[in-house]
Amino acid sequence: MIEIKDIHKTFGENYVLRGISAEFKDGMNNLIIGGSGSGKTTLLKCMVGLHEPDQGSVLYDGRDFTRMNFEARIEVRKEIGMLFQSSALFDSMTVEENIMFPLNMFTEQPRKEKIERVNFCLDRVNLEDKNKLYPAELSGGMKKRVGIARAIAMQPKYLFVDEPNSGLDPKTAIVIDELIRELTEEYNTTTVVVTHDMNSVMGIGDNIIFLHDGQKWWEGSNKEIAHTDNQELNDFVFASKFMEAAKVKL
Amino acid sequence: MFESLGKYILLLRAVFRRPEKWNIYRKEIFLEMNSIGVGSLGIISLISIFLGMVTTVQTAYQLVSDLIPKSTIGLIVRDSAILELSPTISAIVLAGKVGSSISSQIGTMRVTEQIDALEIMGINSPGYLIMPKIIGAVVTVPMLVIISIALCIFGGYIAGTLSGAVTAQDYITGATQDFRGSTVTVSMIKSVIFAFIITSVSAYQGFYTSGGSLEVGISSTRAVVVSCVMILFADYIVAELLL
Repeated sequence: MIEIKDIHKTFGENYVLRGISAEFKDGMNNLIIGGSGSGKTTLLKCMVGLHEPDQGSVLYDGRDFTRMNFEARIEVRKEIGMLFQSSALFDSMTVEENIMFPLNMFTEQPRKEKIERVNFCLDRVNLEDKNKLYPAELSGGMKKRVGIARAIAMQPKYLFVDEPNSGLDPKTAIVIDELIRELTEEYNTTTVVVTHDMNSVMGIGDNIIFLHDGQKWWEGSNKEIAHTDNQELNDFVFASKFMEAAKVKL
Repeated sequence: MFESLGKYILLLRAVFRRPEKWNIYRKEIFLEMNSIGVGSLGIISLISIFLGMVTTVQTAYQLVSDLIPKSTIGLIVRDSAILELSPTISAIVLAGKVGSSISSQIGTMRVTEQIDALEIMGINSPGYLIMPKIIGAVVTVPMLVIISIALCIFGGYIAGTLSGAVTAQDYITGATQDFRGSTVTVSMIKSVIFAFIITSVSAYQGFYTSGGSLEVGISSTRAVVVSCVMILFADYIVAELLL
């Protein structure tokens, strides 16, 4: 479980996060949603240590990540997998080398075992036989899947996903969402997904946190989200005509 | 300026933190040695020959007195090549070639979140990305400078004999007389310092890039400009201290 307590973050005069507290449970897809500039990616980066919060703490199964030194953080980070919005694959490496990279860095496994693990991860994301391709040769959806394969290579306890569906067509987006849901159940990971995609919200949102103006505005599940009287949340969720029409059925 | 200096020092501290796995870093160091050293051999050879040729022709032009022996041309070309031309001009050319490449490579990794990905994996990204480049350059740039010195003197010989400014015998006599080994030591010290400046300054500029492709280009330009200024400043300091 990941706990965040009273997280504040400013960039100069810009107050981005204003005291956010939440719990992200094991084996669940925890979604952080909100409009552009609401602070969701900043919150995710504070959780994984890419930004230092000005105030507050982040606890990984009770371990206070924000007060750890560099070496202690590395031990926690070995338990973290992350899929970036841009996939962040290493351009100079093949798909196989990308996935094998954390294994090379942190394990003493023989090469044969590492190749087996790479192939397993690629099979898991339905990308068999793509080992020797470079990121530039992959489509957007394939890059995301390789990003997921790299994220799960070390069998993480915590999986962070930043905007998994940005730039993808609806069909591929659903495939990625399904993959995240399956992996969360399979590995019992604490999965935190930052998104503003309503298909993801309705599809995999076990626990949803809605951020507005740098604050936690609402928390609940995808079953509850359609029936809330929170005005800002309703404005966000049912902004499109399609969702407004679907509200009746929900 | 003081903030930048502080960030630069903190970055260097992170660069020289204990590596996660030495054999991976070793492989990266050899790749960088190949990229920086072997990859720059052609351009360094070319400019060195021309530098020697120009120095010979211009020295001959200025030596109008019959009281000064022609062999002095060889001596001046040799000492200029060892002390100034080869280490400094090579370093400035390398700042343009290697420095801009390092800055844009690391800057692109920064803006495409590849450095964030390294950090999330628990890898010390400054160490993994920058340390092999610094070591690779510090090892290979002195070698390049030695080759450059030899080619610079050879270039001077070619230009001197072809133009008739100096005979082969006089040039060789000048190039071999009153040789002081300490000048080569100074040259090597300069080349090590310049290699460190080129790689660390360029890596710093790339590492703290934010934004997009436009900012990567700006960082790359700034890396070359700052490296060149720092090289000339360090050149003066070393000359003042060691000569």
